[in-house]
Order: sequence, then structure tokens, then C-alpha cells
Amino acid sequence: MSAELENKENTLDKNENEIALRETEGLSQGQIIFRRFVRHKAAMTSLIVLVFIILFSYTGSGIHLGDSNNKITVQGWWPYQIDQIDPEGAVESMCANGIPGCPTLDLIPEFIDGTGMQVGAHPLGMDTVGTDYFALVLRGAEQSIMVMLIVGSLGVAIGTVVGAIAGFFGGIVDAVLMRLTDMFLVMPTLIIGAVIGFRFGNLGVVPLAVMLGLFAWMGLARFVRTEFLSLREREFVDAARVAGASNRRIIFKHILPNAVGVIIVSGTLLMSGAILTESALSFLGFGVRAPDVSLGLLISRYQDVFTVAPWLFWWPGVFIIAIALCVNFIGDGLRDAFDPRQKRRISLKERMQARELKSTAAAKAKA
Amino acid sequence: MTEPVLKVADYNVDFWVDGVWYPAAIDMNYEVYPGKTLAIVGESGSGKSSSSMGLMGLLASNARVTGTVEVKGVNMLEASSTTVRRFRGKEVAYIFQEPMTALNPVYTIGFQIVETLRLHLGMGPVTAKKRSIELLEMVDLPDPAKTFDKYPHQLSGGQKQRAMIAIALACDPALLIADEPTTALDVTVQAEILDLMRDLRHKLNSGILLITHDMGVVADMADEILVMKDGYTVEHNTADHIFNRPSHPYTQQLLAAVPKLGSVAVRELKFEGSVKPEPVLKLQNVDIEYPKRGRIPAFKAVQDFSLEIYPGEIVGLVGESGSGKTTIGRASIGLLPIKSGVISVAGFDISNGNTKQLSQIRRHTGIVFQDPASSLNPRLPIGESIGEPILLSGLAKGDDLNHKVEELLDSVELPRSYRNRYPHELSGGQRQRVGIARALALTPSLLIADEPTSALDVSVQARFLDLLQGLQEELKFACLFITHDLGVVDILSHRIAVMQNGRLVEEGLRDQVLKSPKDPYTQRLIAAVPVPDPAEQKKRREARQAIK
Repeated sequence: MSAELENKENTLDKNENEIALRETEGLSQGQIIFRRFVRHKAAMTSLIVLVFIILFSYTGSGIHLGDSNNKITVQGWWPYQIDQIDPEGAVESMCANGIPGCPTLDLIPEFIDGTGMQVGAHPLGMDTVGTDYFALVLRGAEQSIMVMLIVGSLGVAIGTVVGAIAGFFGGIVDAVLMRLTDMFLVMPTLIIGAVIGFRFGNLGVVPLAVMLGLFAWMGLARFVRTEFLSLREREFVDAARVAGASNRRIIFKHILPNAVGVIIVSGTLLMSGAILTESALSFLGFGVRAPDVSLGLLISRYQDVFTVAPWLFWWPGVFIIAIALCVNFIGDGLRDAFDPRQKRRISLKERMQARELKSTAAAKAKA
Repeated sequence: MTEPVLKVADYNVDFWVDGVWYPAAIDMNYEVYPGKTLAIVGESGSGKSSSSMGLMGLLASNARVTGTVEVKGVNMLEASSTTVRRFRGKEVAYIFQEPMTALNPVYTIGFQIVETLRLHLGMGPVTAKKRSIELLEMVDLPDPAKTFDKYPHQLSGGQKQRAMIAIALACDPALLIADEPTTALDVTVQAEILDLMRDLRHKLNSGILLITHDMGVVADMADEILVMKDGYTVEHNTADHIFNRPSHPYTQQLLAAVPKLGSVAVRELKFEGSVKPEPVLKLQNVDIEYPKRGRIPAFKAVQDFSLEIYPGEIVGLVGESGSGKTTIGRASIGLLPIKSGVISVAGFDISNGNTKQLSQIRRHTGIVFQDPASSLNPRLPIGESIGEPILLSGLAKGDDLNHKVEELLDSVELPRSYRNRYPHELSGGQRQRVGIARALALTPSLLIADEPTSALDVSVQARFLDLLQGLQEELKFACLFITHDLGVVDILSHRIAVMQNGRLVEEGLRDQVLKSPKDPYTQRLIAAVPVPDPAEQKKRREARQAIK
């Protein structure tokens, strides 16, 4: 009886193995990681949302590069500009309680409240001077995403390389690089940011982001170094060396994929942090300058009208949260995809099915 | 007849994994009596550890435990968590496999014993300290008053295990559950720990539940033996019965797989012609030093070591942990620089250790590491790991490489489809075979095997050694086989070298060293190896105690 049961289990196991085999037949490391990432639902949804936000804001408000003297501008599909002021329009679209620039966006359908679903001329309303708020938010999202991506990628790249080299080689190289890191660390971010903003703020958002990125890698470098210090003692590093691998190959092919969890976690934190740093700088007047805007700047500019015109506060907030969440979920998906131990979660439904299968098998075996 | 301290009936342990209950232990029934030892024997994955952890509710939350477990008449599975907690440590004490991880590194040994005493017996700090020092004395730790204030890292492995035992014995437990208590220790230390446990069993009259895979240890300790396979109890009988008249085929197989000293016919290496060929590996008066780091002074790991290995020869290098044998292995393939002396591999002098010289020997050497879990890159599919030496040496690429990898997988008897698997999806034995495949990828003339079987089960070890032997006969590589297990060396090697404290103490043909060792250290080492035969082990034990 028990032998029969065992047999059944064995075949079950075999089937499972075969499925697992089919899943990874003839694939390289990169392909396997890609497949696993694609299967991560939260990450894929976030990726789609993020791409949508990026496309939406860039096509909507157009592309704006360069400083105030020589602008490179491509017009977007949204008719209003961030420097168009229309005080009469604001007064015209007054809310019921007498606040000008009420949002025209209405998502509640006709049969509930009567006015019906509509976008209107100024879906997110207008600000206190009568600028279209939709244009401002799109432009803000565009600039914030730019800052986030540039600071994030620069910080991750520099931090990873510095940390990897310091951790792998150790000794004098480690000492020099870490003292350099210390030097960067002791400078307060906001003061550095203020100096950078004062000097580069008027050149537009890209140079500002690049400069911020050059001062954002230190924490990541420390984490990566620690990870490398412990990983380089593992036997597979020796095995690679015996196989004839160069230092570069060992660092990038063997150790780095093992440190990817740390890099992604601190990388996503870095990116969400970048948005906040930029907001803080803009708040202090050293970041993005008017008439240009960023999401952080919008929030800080309108936080005192929160009680009377809450939409001026809500919408940039919603965009910041959406972007930061997306980045974090994508990071989570990447980390899981890189970790071979991570198996696909099994849903409750599948569990129930498996349980039924098992119990019927057991019942049959007993009978 | 006395009441049993532990009575286990209709005991089942299942794990909820991926939507299915996987049984880890099925219908177990046994009793442990005071002053007696029941040994649960089985290979990894047989459920021996899970079943014993489940006794006191120490399993993860995805486990289900059913049946009855009575400790001194109280059913642990139905008792409230408070009751179970009171029983843990007081009535039932555990000794774990790894003393290095079972002790908290940030507290002193004394603190950890006092904690147990105060928690369970409500002692005051002064009495608890006095009692702790008594306990440390009881487990024969040197200078108990000083050891009391020491941190775990200041003790050796054997001393840590003694400290663990002291903690376990703090409340005079009625039942001691020892889960592979000596697996991580050297043979001479193992013998001492086993002596200590046997001694204490009589002194305290506790029952011992011993979980192990080492038949030698079982023969040394057990009164009764329970053999497990895949969760089932295959045989349960007295030690004498199991060892001399095993009835179940699995037990017989298990006993047959244990390497025994002196059971293999003479292996001699014959050289073609009368002249000895050039040695593949030649070490001459080698000194290896770990350099000074900060305040830690330089440490001389190996002193004045000379050894030659000829083509096609397997030399076993034996010694206890810390004797420098791994250091020798790593230096032989240029992973460690040497301070003085000469090392030459396959005719290339690598004593200076510059990169150019080292890259020359990469084509001629391979190494199999001790820990299969750490020696394969966890993020690299094993096909890529195996193919890496070939790829880097520029011998093959693309389809050629794929083909070579498949051949290598065939030669170590692994399915070709495994090439896309990650190391963690393989068992320990399979991983170690991947290690061999990688080491032999370039058909080296010298293979260094650094304790390749220490993490494997006996039957897996037997298969692994067979495979290695077969490959060696086919490919005729020279092999430096580093191990602490004399039984393995006995099976495999032509010659044996014994190391102690960084020096070579004895070197000679296999039989010469094993049968008539000259050096007193070698004699002690051989005497400490437990033999899987209760009667003979008893004789050996008495003989060993007589030497002391």
C-alpha cells in the first residue's frame, strides 16, 4: 500500500521535474533572468504603468532641454503651456465654494450625480494665478522622472564600481577608495545640493541631476563593498580563478550577480530619495527654478492652500507616489528574477487543487 | 522495568511544500529509557533530524506533527505552549550539530549557561555562576573559572561542543537529544566528546536520543538503533542485532557503504620501466605564512613541507583541522603564495607565483572543493560553471562547448538536462559531481581534492569515490586527496602523508602507514577512528583509554 503511494508521489515529482526542466531548457543566465522577470506580475504591471507615465508626460508637455538662453523645445499634445496665465479663465471656472480654478475632471457617471463623466478644459483645475494645472503636473512629472533616472543610474553605476573594486582588491585600494567615500559622505547632502543648485540650477534639470548623481553613490558603495568582502572569500571565486578567469571576469560575471539584491534595494531607495532631494532643493529655491516646475516644487508651492484648493496638492502627490511605487516594485521583480532560489508563488487555488489531487491519490491507494 | 523518558507512538511529521504535504517521518514508534542510548541512523533527507526537532515543536510553521510524544508521561503534542517551553531545556535538552552557530557569539559562555539556569531553576546570580563553573568542570573544559568569561570564538570547535553539552546538561535533563553532535569535529576530538557523553549518561542517568549518519559513532554509543529511510522506519533493534545480523536490505547496504580501515586489497602503483618519471607535483621545503594583519601577528601555517606526486598516483593527505592540509592544497595550484621553498607543477615552477607562470599551470590542474554548496556560483547554471575552464582556455566555443559540457556531464553520470539547473536545485552528491566535472574539464594532469566527501552521506560518498576512482583509472591524473577521514584514504590512495601543526609527521605507502604507523600522532589518529562494529569498537576504545 505504502509502496503504491510512494510510486504515485514519485511520478508526481517526476512530472514536476519535467516541467521545471522544460522551463529552463537551453537558456543562458540572462534569458532565464528575463523570463523570470516577465513572470513577476507586480513588476510587469509597474513597468507598464511607469512607461505609461513617462510617455504620457513627455508627449503631453513636450520635450524641454537646455537653459533659459538656448532652449530646445518640442511641443506636446496638451494645448496649454506652463507659462500661460489666464486669470479670467480661473475666475470663470469657479468652484461652488468660491475658489477659482476648479478641476473640470469628473469621473462620476451621469446616473449618480447628474453632471456626467467629462474631462473638460482644465481637468486638474488651475493654480492661483490661472495656469493650467494639468500642464504643470505633466511638466513636473517629466522633470522629476528625469532627475530620478539620472541620479539613480549614475549613483548605482559609480557606487557599484567603487564598492566592487574596493571590496574585491582590498588592502591599499580599499583604504584609498573608502577614505574618498568618507570625504564625500561628510559633506551634508543639502548643502552640497544647494551649492550645485546655485551654480547649475539655471542650466536646466539635466546638469543638476548629473551633479546630484555624482554625490549620491556613497551609501551604495559601502553596501556593495561589504557584500564583495564576504563573497570574495567563497570557494566559487577560487574555482573561477583556477579555471583561469581574470579579475574583471570574476568581479562582473561571478560576484556581481550575487550582490545584485543589495544593489537593487539601495538603488531603488536612491531613486525615490532623488525625487525627495530634488523637492527639498526646489523648496529652498536651489533646484528647478520657476517658471519651470517639478513635482516636489509644486507640492511645496501649494501646500498652504491645501485646505481651500486640495487638488493643487493631491495631483503632484499622486504622481510622486505612483512613480516611487513603480520603481520599488520593478526593483523587487528584478531582485527576485536574479535570485535563483526564488520560486514562483503558488496561488491558493493551485494549492487547493494540489491538495485535492493528493487526497484522491491517497484514497485510491488506500482502496 | 523502568518507565521510559520518551515514548513516541504513531508519530508523523509532514511538511507543506508547494501545495502538497510531504511526509518527513511516517509512523514512528520508539521509546528511550533512562541511562540508555537510542540512535536514529539514516542518510540526509531520511527525516531523522526533522522527526527529532518535531518532538519539542521546534519545526517551522509549515510542518504538521501528529501522533503522541510523551516525555515523562506528558503528551507534548497536546500540551500548551507554556508547558512545552518549560519542558524544553529542563527535561529535554538539545545538542546541535554546529557548535559554531549554536552558541550566541556576542555573549560569554558563562552568561549562556547562567541564562538557562536562572530561567528554568530560578537560581540567583551567585549560585547560578557557581553551578555553571561546576558544569564546565564536569565537561572537562580547561580552567572553568576562566572559560566562564570567554566568548565562543575564543574556544576551539571541540571546546565549544563541550560548552554546548554543559548548557544542555545545566538542568539535569531526563532526555538529551544529540543531533549529529560530532559531525563537525576531528576524530580525536570526536572520540573525547563521545567518551564524555558516555560518561555523563551513567552519571546523570539521562536517556540519549542520538541522531547521526556515522556508523562508527553509532557502534561506539548506541544500545538500540533505529534505521530510517525516506521517513519510514526500516529497522529497529538492538545495536548488536543491527550490526551483526541486519535483516533489512537497506541496513545491509548502509553498513556495506561505510569505509572500513584495512578492508581494501593492496593498491600499488607500478611505473613503466624501472625509472621513476618526473613528478607532477613537487613541493620542496615549502613554508607558507599568513601575513600579519593589523595587530594579528603572522601565522606560519606550513613549515618545511616536502612531497612529490607522480603521474597516476593518488596521495592521501591526512590531518586534523588546522594542520595546514588545505593550505598545502591551495598553494599547490597557486591560490596561495608561499614564503620559501619550491613548488613545481607539471614541470612549471610556480614558487614566485606571478600571473604568467600561474596561467601556464591552469591547463594542467583542477581542484574539487570541500563544500559543494559554496564552490559553485549560486547564480550560474551548472552548465556554465562546468564549461567555464574550457571557454576561458579558448579550447572551444558555442556548439563545441555545449558538446563538451554534455560529455563531461555524462562522464560524471549526471543527466544532460541538468546543465540549465542552478546549484541549489541539486543534492550535495550531485553538486560534488559537478565539481569533479569542472575540475576535469581540461583533462588536467593534477587534481587536488580538498575534502570532497566530508559533506556527503556514506552511500553517496561510496558512489562518489567509485566514480573518482574510475575516472582516475581512465584519465590517469595524479591526485592529492586531502581528507580527515582515514577510511576514505584507505580506499583510495597509493600513498599517505600525515600532517600535524603544519609539519609532515609521516609519509609512506598506504599499508605501511595504516598498519604500522611509526609516529605517535599517527598512532593516536588511527586509534581514534570509530569502527562500525560494536564489539571491536569497545576493544579499541579500551585500548585507546589504556594509551592515555
